[in-house]
Amino acid sequence: MSATAVASAVSQASHGLAVDPFVGLLTIFVLAIFVGYHVVWNVTPALHTPLMAVTNAISGIIVVGAMLQVVDIHSQQITLTSVLGAIAIFLASINIFGGFLVTQRMLEMFKKKNK
Amino acid sequence: MHNVLALLYLVAAILFILALRGLSSPLTARRGNVYGMAGMALAVLTTFFVADSPVIWLIVAAMAAGALVGAWKARTVAMTAMPELVAAMHSLVGLSAVLIAVAAVYHTGVSHSGVQKVELFIGAFIGAITFTASVIAYGKLSGKFGARAINFKGQHALNLALAIAMVAFGLVYFQTDSQAAFLMMVAIALALGVTLIIPIGGADMPVVVSMLNSYSGWAAAGIGFTLENPVLIIAGACVGASGAILSYIMCKAMNRSIVSVLLGGFGAEAAAAGPGGSAQKNYRAGSADDAAFLMENAEKVIIVPGYGLAVSRAQHALQELTDLLTERGVDVRYAIHPVAGRMPGHMNVLLAEAEVPYDKVFEMEEINSEFSTADVVLVIGANDVVNPAAKNDPASSIYGMPILDAYKARTVMVVKRSMSAGYAGLDNDLFYMDKTMMVFGDAKKVVEEMLQSVH
Repeated sequence: MSATAVASAVSQASHGLAVDPFVGLLTIFVLAIFVGYHVVWNVTPALHTPLMAVTNAISGIIVVGAMLQVVDIHSQQITLTSVLGAIAIFLASINIFGGFLVTQRMLEMFKKKNK
Repeated sequence: MHNVLALLYLVAAILFILALRGLSSPLTARRGNVYGMAGMALAVLTTFFVADSPVIWLIVAAMAAGALVGAWKARTVAMTAMPELVAAMHSLVGLSAVLIAVAAVYHTGVSHSGVQKVELFIGAFIGAITFTASVIAYGKLSGKFGARAINFKGQHALNLALAIAMVAFGLVYFQTDSQAAFLMMVAIALALGVTLIIPIGGADMPVVVSMLNSYSGWAAAGIGFTLENPVLIIAGACVGASGAILSYIMCKAMNRSIVSVLLGGFGAEAAAAGPGGSAQKNYRAGSADDAAFLMENAEKVIIVPGYGLAVSRAQHALQELTDLLTERGVDVRYAIHPVAGRMPGHMNVLLAEAEVPYDKVFEMEEINSEFSTADVVLVIGANDVVNPAAKNDPASSIYGMPILDAYKARTVMVVKRSMSAGYAGLDNDLFYMDKTMMVFGDAKKVVEEMLQSVH
């Protein structure tokens, strides 16, 4: 591929003409794995249990996906989709609140004692 | 407007990364957790504006109910039960992913492109496997059901057949948009989650819990692809990477390959190799008083806690003993093997709960060089992690596993219920060394007796 071809591909991409949105999302995904990998290797082994609890809370981010299902469809509020979505919100919220609060409870124990 | 919302999602994703970053030290960890909560709040609020006419009352009601259950669980769970809680929470993420995928498939307001259908399929089957596998892991960890590893002939063939059937139904869905095919695919994935996990024994659970942690992240990322939502993808990828790293660390600490853990059958093979001529060997038994006397007169004591300590709830008594000894000028430290508890870092939390200061607690690599200068090593409720066979017996099934070098200390004291073997079903040469004294009894009772005699 010549330099001009590359340049035109890049310019097309930046105008959202040629590249499927999937490729952009895949780029984000792969880069995020690298970020996660490096950040997690820096976590002190003493805090690996709080790490698992807080990642549990963070996977509760799936609540965002659930919220996008609980919508008005053809001016109907209660549909199979919205009810399934609401159940998913309920489950993910358990994770979010349970995860962050239990992490906080554990981390309180690691406070330096004033002795 | 949409640009602003996308940027708010970016801020939320950065806050999640900072939450993980904070865990690099106990000093910054609590602030990190606050960042995580802020990130989640921001992501949820932003989503109200992203969603196309959301049913707000239903969303808020579901969220409030979840918050109640979650907060109640977080407050009441015992620290020894953390592995079960974490497994249960993985199952919730898995089930949510499945429900969202099914909801999207039945969403009459939108049609899905080819790529999105593949993504839905991937998000749903990872979620389904995570869900049932975590439920079984929960049962094994809590001792409620499925604790025994189940192996049968043709197990791997069955798993393969299920996986092929699952992909086949996925293809049918892809070609025909058949909702029934999608549901069949989910049902098979649910079954696969069960058959994958039942052959794995209790000793390998730390690896499995970490691995399911990873899966739950990939499931979230998979749903993020379907909904083209970057914050889901970033958070899911970080969680996935985190679980993968923890699985790797646990495997290395047990000298097991991830493949052999997943294929299962560890408990069975070790039990067959276990018994053999141990009856004739001699060991020295002593009382808690003798042990207390030795520790009082030592300069440096290293305590090696194992899960047996937590089972008999001896942490608090042990911390009192540590305080007393420290007052008398004894240098007391704790040495933690990566698999001392039932999940990564579990023993550190159990000790922190008993108010053991974290600067007295050392990881294996930090403290292994110090055993040779210790006067006394007190091993409580630990076995395989101090077994010298891992270093000097190539025939042993744990050969190559990194251990705490307790055998290098001047005197070794082992608190144990009886001479029975550990998780791996192996005899431990450390118990028969001339410098080793066995103190038999329940860990808590023994430590309390030591306290009495030091007083």
